[in-house]
Amino acid sequence: MIEIRFHGRGGQGAVVASKLLASALFAEGKSVQSFPSFGVERRGAPVMAFLRIDNHPIKLRTNVYNPDHIIVLDATLVEAVDVTSGLKPKGWIILNSDHSPEEFTGFASFRVATVDATKIAVENHLGSRTHPIVNTAILGAFSKVTGLVSIEAVAQSIREAVPAKTEENARAAVEAYDKTVLPSNDHPTEG
Amino acid sequence: MKKVMTGNEAVAQGVKLSRVQVISAYPITPQTTIVEELSEMCADGRLNAKFLKVESEHSAMASIIASCTAGVRSFTATSSQGLVLMHEMLHWAAGARLPVVMVNVNRALGSPWNIGNEQSDSLSQRDTGWIQLYCENNQEVVDTIPQAYRIAETVKLPVMVVLDAFVLSHTAEPTEIPDQERIDEFLPPFKGDFTLTGRRHQSFNPITSPDYYMEFRYKIQKAMDQAKEVARSVDEDYEGLFRRGYGIMEKYNWDGADTVLVTSGAVTSTSRFVADELAKEGKRVGLLKMKMFRPFPTEAIREVLGGTRKVAVLDRGLSFGQSGFFAQEIRSTFCNEDEQPRIFGFVAGLGGRDVTPEDIRQMISYTLENDRPRHDIIWIGLKQ
Repeated sequence: MIEIRFHGRGGQGAVVASKLLASALFAEGKSVQSFPSFGVERRGAPVMAFLRIDNHPIKLRTNVYNPDHIIVLDATLVEAVDVTSGLKPKGWIILNSDHSPEEFTGFASFRVATVDATKIAVENHLGSRTHPIVNTAILGAFSKVTGLVSIEAVAQSIREAVPAKTEENARAAVEAYDKTVLPSNDHPTEG
Repeated sequence: MKKVMTGNEAVAQGVKLSRVQVISAYPITPQTTIVEELSEMCADGRLNAKFLKVESEHSAMASIIASCTAGVRSFTATSSQGLVLMHEMLHWAAGARLPVVMVNVNRALGSPWNIGNEQSDSLSQRDTGWIQLYCENNQEVVDTIPQAYRIAETVKLPVMVVLDAFVLSHTAEPTEIPDQERIDEFLPPFKGDFTLTGRRHQSFNPITSPDYYMEFRYKIQKAMDQAKEVARSVDEDYEGLFRRGYGIMEKYNWDGADTVLVTSGAVTSTSRFVADELAKEGKRVGLLKMKMFRPFPTEAIREVLGGTRKVAVLDRGLSFGQSGFFAQEIRSTFCNEDEQPRIFGFVAGLGGRDVTPEDIRQMISYTLENDRPRHDIIWIGLKQ
């Protein structure tokens, strides 16, 4: 079983991102379980969402304590919360950032990939310049980095479930897939 | 068709499939998205029902009592404080023998404020005359709602379908939406025996003297007795059509086990995970999932647990001054039996505290290692 944790801020769409990714993985034959952190959510406050992925029906219904990979929708969260809490060694940290992975020096035992999801979102008119909606773009990066799900399935999942600016959202994911920056010494894993 | 959906979305699908005609609700976390989804279905015509937005949960129940009296299939959903605010009307719905169905999303009660998952809200309504069915996953949620209407309309008692807050209500997982035509075959349109038509003079629920009142109560008890068999056969019919059945309880990993863990709701799922691991380690611990809590399936419990040596009961709620709800009821089932298992009552997971595989293992270890429980309640995960 693979466990993913999303870090975002209330209103950024981390919960929706987890569910979209779940639908994409399910379409490719995986068992999935997607849920938010069970608390009171406020706009702008740090929030989490979770995703379990397995080849068999998922019986475990607890919080995720030791994620295999994390997705960070807002790089300022790295300063605000311990995003790597419980993250398994060698786990991927997929960050929305315009910096290169090498610039994040504090994550020695993990692997870092970055994508400028904010820029991609703004270029695709998703949200506003001050509040870009990055949750679909970041999923493209997840597909590229982990190889667990195809970018086609991610785009399809977005097309089926996102009611507004559907094509723009799907395009953002595909662009992010192409523009994801992996560390120079690493290569994407095979799915 | 199978789709990734939350427990709340599964509820809305189940209600739509049941062709409910009146929905009345007051929004409360975390069931809010149930009524959001249903109001959208009513607004865009996917569901041909009247949606009433009322000023309180008490009014929500009062209004579906009225619509059901008029012979219309009716629904509401609530949670926690909303359910306990309805308390007076719950008794009324059962006393008036109205087959309304309500979903309750299991959540802790204040004070102090807490929106987390536990079962005290619904279990503390056990004496209201409502049938209670607890669901383990979102598939069971969507399947249980049409079943609930069949049961309710057969025995003329209200049914509460219960799912865990967040762990099911806000958790999305692959869920099959049953085919509408086959649901129509399974669940015919509702027709009340005595309905308020407005076409002639009628009086419902008049004052009833001591000469008659007791017999009304007796009939509720008889209907509850009947509900056990009705629920079983309704589920068999459902399984025949959709190849998914749940029974009123389910045994899991019982091969040769003389110790059994009793669970209900979503924690059953994590308990299956633990039971599978224990089986691989060569430990024989069975699992009994209880779907039906009211009526309490006393005879079935005696039959399935009668031969076991030890029974661990996982409660996520308690009656203060007594013990866990399920533990109490299982103990009372055996009070006049010559042979009875030792019953270990555990309380865990209150107010949204996670019940982990380690917690479940701790319950099982305690049960295996002790000849009898040292206390009526064994608290798990309690901070000292």
